[in-house]
Amino acid sequence: MLRQMEGSQAVAETVALCRPEVICAYPISPQTHIVEALSRITRAGRLGTCEYVNVESEFAALSACIGASAAGARTYTATASQGLLYMAEALYNASGLGLPIVMTVANRAIGAPINIWNDHSDSMSQRDSGWIQLYAETNQEAVDLHVQAYALAEELSLPVMVCMDGFVLTHAFERVDLPSQEQVDAFVPAYEPRQVLDPDDPVSIGAMVGPEAFTEVRYLAHARHLEALERIPAVAASFEAAFGRRSGGLVRGYRTEDADTVVLALGSVLGTIKDVIDELRESGEPVGAATLTAFRPFPFAALRALLGCKRHVVVVERAFSTGVGGIVSADVRAALPDAEVRTVVAGLGGRPVTKAALRGLLTAGEPEPLTFLDLDRDLVARELARVRARRRSGPSAENMLRDLAGGG
Amino acid sequence: MPAPRTKFYQVGSFAVGNRLLPPEQRAVQAAPDRGNALTSGHRACRGCGEALGARYAIDAAIRATGGRMIAVNATGCLEVFSTPYPETAWQVSWIHSLFGNAPAVATGVAAALKAKGRTDVRVVGQGGDGGTVDIGFACLSGMFERGDDVLYICYDNQAYMNTGVQRSGATPPAARTATTPVPGGNAFGQGKNAPLIAMAHEIPYVATATVADLRDLEYKVRRAMDFRGARYLHILVPCPLGWVTDACDTIRVARLATESGLFPVFEAEGGEVTGVTRIRRRIPVDDYLRLQSRYAHLFADPPRTDVIARIQASADRNIRRFGLVD
Ligand SMILES: Cc1ncc(C[n+]2csc(CCOP(=O)(O)OP(=O)(O)O)c2C)c(N)n1
Ligand code: SF4
Ligand SMILES: [Mg+2]
Repeated sequence: MLRQMEGSQAVAETVALCRPEVICAYPISPQTHIVEALSRITRAGRLGTCEYVNVESEFAALSACIGASAAGARTYTATASQGLLYMAEALYNASGLGLPIVMTVANRAIGAPINIWNDHSDSMSQRDSGWIQLYAETNQEAVDLHVQAYALAEELSLPVMVCMDGFVLTHAFERVDLPSQEQVDAFVPAYEPRQVLDPDDPVSIGAMVGPEAFTEVRYLAHARHLEALERIPAVAASFEAAFGRRSGGLVRGYRTEDADTVVLALGSVLGTIKDVIDELRESGEPVGAATLTAFRPFPFAALRALLGCKRHVVVVERAFSTGVGGIVSADVRAALPDAEVRTVVAGLGGRPVTKAALRGLLTAGEPEPLTFLDLDRDLVARELARVRARRRSGPSAENMLRDLAGGG
Repeated sequence: MPAPRTKFYQVGSFAVGNRLLPPEQRAVQAAPDRGNALTSGHRACRGCGEALGARYAIDAAIRATGGRMIAVNATGCLEVFSTPYPETAWQVSWIHSLFGNAPAVATGVAAALKAKGRTDVRVVGQGGDGGTVDIGFACLSGMFERGDDVLYICYDNQAYMNTGVQRSGATPPAARTATTPVPGGNAFGQGKNAPLIAMAHEIPYVATATVADLRDLEYKVRRAMDFRGARYLHILVPCPLGWVTDACDTIRVARLATESGLFPVFEAEGGEVTGVTRIRRRIPVDDYLRLQSRYAHLFADPPRTDVIARIQASADRNIRRFGLVD
């Protein structure tokens, strides 16, 4: 059914269609509208006996999901930013135990300086946590990915993070095609756990494992991610067959045929990127774009199949590894050893990624291996001068804000 | 002179395991069908109070629930000595997730059971004092405050034993640990009284127990299972390694902790104390402290009578506060 609605509401409605049995969450912007809506849906009785647990922290939220999932319930949580970091220990635990929890990450920057706006620092920081990470380009895709996430998670016994850009998607009103209950029921069958806490058949879950088997247990997690590389496109294909829409998958190209340069990115920034590609194509530039939907597992083979013959790849990243540069770029370079891969760090802490800036980047003469898009170099230089001038130069963030406000 | 009356061993006593008592008075451990939650062969130290306390507590919970229960364990000695793969000693459904989240995991298990309409299955969370009063405290308080249907058991050996005897928020004053060395040992005026804090949440049931009175421990687990909602049981479990006591003295040390008044044994409902175990033969704290080399610095030359007097004062305060002596 087509409806004009907020991304968060659409995701909440979709999660509800997946019939979670236990929802545990802790509020943080920009995730709040999702969990508020789910509390209303649960309270209204639309989820039957589903338990909505208002916990005291994100650490408890995911921990309660771990208990609920191990007890055989379909579980859901959502968070962002500081909340995702606060969960970190439990993130590794959930994947290590192989529990198919689905979580929405409403992507947001990490402090300090505290910043509530969108970038990908939060989910990128949990790259190696063992969760499958899928990034939504639009609110429609966010909806569709949640349905696919439950199917994938439960089939593979792995937790899945559906990442959607905070505010840009979560708070945007768009036309969304919500699936029907019958469609979702057919796509996501009742949860049959591989392991369950059952007094009639007692097992110990989470036992200590020493050097004699630890490598093998960890390798199995890797093997399951490799299996996910097969299953993610398969689930996307059956989704398309059932719902008549292409959503998800590993990586998608946009006007990549005969393109010399391809801009690769994750999430909603692809909208702007595709507009720029269209404009440049009109003026005859051989450029294209690629949407990376699955970041973990990383689709090396699929990326090679799509972009293996390209000469230039520009990776636009909404996060970076301090002292290194691009996070996604490192994997892209490994996948495309023959391409010249450039990293563009853009849109940190909610800074708009503009068409003008992207166009400038793609048409500039001498490309740099690492660019910070729209970086105010003068502002940085003035702060560096202050730092050099005085030992107690004060907090840089405040200094730069005062400087911008004209206070010197 | 009348002939002395022959006393048969165990007849008329409530010693654990007494099969000569009428069935209703027998210990859980005396029942031929006892749960045996934690089988032998695990790797606890000789004389480990925690292993003893956990076996009795979970066996009692099995008895109280007819075996319809799930245990959630925090990281710590109990988890480590009982599970090295693939030799789990647990005969119940059991999960370990992390050090600081056992109450929240238990909340999740309880929520799943409720959602599935399986409220016949009960949930027991358990952890050491560090997992409970320190790193897991926020999760515990949240679980209490929401009233989740979980019995949480703290096995209090008064330090982080699994990592080699470091101070926890439950380490008593003057005790030597690896991070509160002598001279001095642990400071006075610090630490948390978890049972009283649990009571402040006004949850249905809070109780303390020790491994010196296993019948009382079993009773308190059974009693806790009469209630729904969040319940808390705090069990004193001496640790020969950390307290530097002889392995054969575990029960004795636990008994002296209560007889001195340092560890009050009581139960409370809805935040009000409803019963205390009175001290049968009051002893000075000296007798308790002397058995444990973690207090050896108090009895060196010269002895720290001032410190011992402060510990005695806190025992006296407990005795007044809980009415432990008639
Ligand atoms: C987050 C985290 N911090 C620290 C540890 C290390 N650690 C494991 S068990 C333990 C001590 C456990 O103490 P306690 O809860 O009192 O249980 P005990 O071993 O004394 O029975 C510590 C510090 C850990 N596993 N996880
Ligand atoms: S260190 Fe203490 S608590 Fe741990 S197993 Fe040994 S006796 Fe038990
Ligand atoms: Mg301890």
